[in-house]
This record gives sequence, C-alpha cells and structure tokens, in this order.
Amino acid sequence: MITKRIIPCLDVRDGMVVKGKNFLGVREIADPVELARFYNQSGADELVFYDITASAEGRGLFTDVLERVASEVFIPLTVGGSINTLADFDRVLKCGADKVSVNSGAIKNPTLITEGAKRYGSQCVVLSMDVKRVDGTFRLFAKGGREDTGIDAVEWARQGIERGAGELVVNSIDTDGVRGGFDIELLQKICEFSTVPVIASGGAGNMEHFLELFRKVPNIDAGLAASIFHLKEVAIEDLKKYLEDQGIEMRRTQL
Amino acid sequence: MIAIVDYGVGNLFSLCASLKKIGAEAIVTRDVEQLEKADKIILPGVGAFGDAIDKLYETGLVPHLLRMAQEGKPFMGICLGMQLLFERSFEFGEKEGLGLIKGNVCDLSADIPQSLKVPHMGWNKLEIRAKDEPLLKYVKEGESVYYVHSFYAKDCEESIKAGSEYHVFVPGVVRNGNVCGTQFHPEKSGETGLNILRAFAEA
Repeated sequence: MITKRIIPCLDVRDGMVVKGKNFLGVREIADPVELARFYNQSGADELVFYDITASAEGRGLFTDVLERVASEVFIPLTVGGSINTLADFDRVLKCGADKVSVNSGAIKNPTLITEGAKRYGSQCVVLSMDVKRVDGTFRLFAKGGREDTGIDAVEWARQGIERGAGELVVNSIDTDGVRGGFDIELLQKICEFSTVPVIASGGAGNMEHFLELFRKVPNIDAGLAASIFHLKEVAIEDLKKYLEDQGIEMRRTQL
Repeated sequence: MIAIVDYGVGNLFSLCASLKKIGAEAIVTRDVEQLEKADKIILPGVGAFGDAIDKLYETGLVPHLLRMAQEGKPFMGICLGMQLLFERSFEFGEKEGLGLIKGNVCDLSADIPQSLKVPHMGWNKLEIRAKDEPLLKYVKEGESVYYVHSFYAKDCEESIKAGSEYHVFVPGVVRNGNVCGTQFHPEKSGETGLNILRAFAEA
C-alpha cells in the first residue's frame, strides 16, 4: 500500500531558505540546494518549496534554485508561492516542479484550480490552505495567513476538490509554530470527506506528534514540517524508523 | 546514447536530469535518424491515453518505433509511455495502443474500494516477481517507487516482472523481450529509480 510521507518544507526568499514563526519574524537559515540534497539523503519522501519573495529579482533566484534542486534531487517536488496564473504554473513546471501549489491565487480566482487541472492534470494541482479558528468555525485565511477571507475552510476544501485539486495541504495557523502537535480536529474534519491526498501542516514539535497524526487521522497521507527539520531537532531518518517501529508504513530508502 | 521520444507530452526535465545524473547520454528527439542511431529508446508520457497516442501518431514516428522495437532495440515506456505499449486502453472510450505487450489498460477505480484514493499517488513498495528482470538488477524487494496514475495494466500476467499492492496488484515493471516499461516514475523514485534507469542504460 501507499506509504505515509514525511515532507520538509522550504520557504525560499531571495534564494535562501527561511522559517518564520506564526507568520512573523522571518530569518535566514540555509542554502536551499544544500538542504534539499541533505533531506533527500535523509529519506524525505517529497520536498515542498514556497517562494516567499516579493521582488522580480527574487523570483529569478527562486527558479534558479528550483532548477538546481531538480537537477540532483529525484523525488517529487511541490512548488508554491505567488502562483496566480497558468503562466506561473508553466514557469515552475519547466524548472522541474512536479506539483504546483496554489493558495491566495486560487482564493482570488478559483478557476485557477480548474484551469491548472485541465492543462496539467489534477495530480499536478495542490490546493494549499491556511486555516484559523474564528468564532468557533474554521476560517480560510489569505496572504500568508494575514487576511481573514470570511470563507469557511472546510467548505473551501470541498470546493477545491470539486474544481480539480489533486491534493490538499492543510496548514493550521493556530498550531503553526507552537510545536504542540498537528491540528488533529481540523485534519479529521477534512479527511472525513476528502477523496484526494491530504498533507498535514503546522504544529509538529517532536516525533510523537507525527505518530499522533497518523494514528488519530488514519486517512492523512503526509506530515509536513519545517523548523524541526531545519534546526535538526528531528532527523528524518530517525523519525521514519520510529514511525515504522510503531507500525506506520514508511518508504524505506536503504535496504 | 538513449533517445527520449519527443511527441509533445509531459515534462522531460527530471527524466533528462536523472539520466545525466547517472552518466547516461541522452537526447530528446522526434527525428527518425536520431532514433535510429540511438542504442536505446525511452517513450515518456503523462496525461490521457487517447490524447497521447494521437499525438504520437501525428509525429509519424509510430511505424518507425514499431520497427525498431521489433528489430530488438531496447525500448522502455515510462508511466503513460508504458501504457501505450499495450494493445488497448479504456480511458475515455476504447483506444488502440502500440500492441508491443499483450494486455489492456483499465480504470483502477472500477477494481478497488471507494475508500482508496484514485489516482494511485505516492510511494509504494515493489514486490519482485521475476528475480532475473534486468531493470531490477540493482533493486531489492520492498524498495519503494513513486506512482501517479488512475489507469493500470491488466490481462498481462506473463509480462509482469514487479508491481505494488493497492487492493489489486498494480503492474509496476513489465517486459516482453526487449520492450519494457514502468508504471511508476523512475526519475522521481529516488535512488531506487536512478538504479532502474542505470540498469536500463547499461543493459
């Protein structure tokens, strides 16, 4: 059967990997190509890159980084950040991306999901969503978690799948950066109906949090994290060994 | 020299990069002479069967590719490229394939419970059926490969060399003589995938 995936997420600004806390306080950490190579050797099942650059020069640096990564790391690469048009899809796919992640661009223009799926196939379109509890409901946020859209997040996920998204990345703003574990309640709610793979994001602080995720949300496909991997608090090979020992099926890299 | 058939489907960045990584010389071409000169041929592909086979016919290459395959040139299909090697597909109506391997390409969702997601997407473990399969020279039982597909090969028992469990047994590596294929993406399957491409390049 399909194994559960462990995915490090790399936020890239001006050609460097950075990681903010609760969407604030950004700082530089490492060279993305080095880091990608390291994660590949550690057994990461996929890599997610978000382009958090604002400038045109930064965008060029990002595609350059992507091309260099894709030239030596042969696992699936998902790329997001500032994807607003089909031309943006094209730009990153040509540099070696396998899947394209849409977020604010799809909120502004939901047909972007449909058009992307029509041209490149559903498997290529990932709907990434930032979710926060507001007045007892799950609310969809835009612009990197800064703007409350007023849209019901669970409904948005449902619509995204109908429009042709082939995968969901569900990022909980409430648990992100807190390191108290994934947002089990939110993820259960979405996995109840999702017919496409769901990737959990936000809140991983230790190995046990991944085990809790895979046990409590059996339909979840992957756990994504950034800082605990970047800061070497959790090594991916140790994490996968731990999960496998606990009966969670993992991809084995070295046999 | 490996020739990758260029017929306008799919993104060849990773395939080219992975061949380069293992030190195999490769070109992307739709030129008959170049294909003729090449020692081996890779037929790539993503998307829908009907659209892809139509595009392949539009290049005018089909009779040449069939001849080269029949003459014994090592020939490998990847993902949809593998599906095209079979006799027919039932994706959006019945459509004939290249017929180089006996079998049909059928809807996976019709044969598995609804609780299982389609496409069959992600890493799945390889069960090896034929220990002597040349593509698997450097691969051990239980290594994982990366799949993304909604249709799968059926009625092809004799050509299955390895595959993965997804309620049904999904053929992952198939072969009929010099013609072989992988349903998964070796260019996205980490070291295991590179080793499969290496074995093809060396054979």
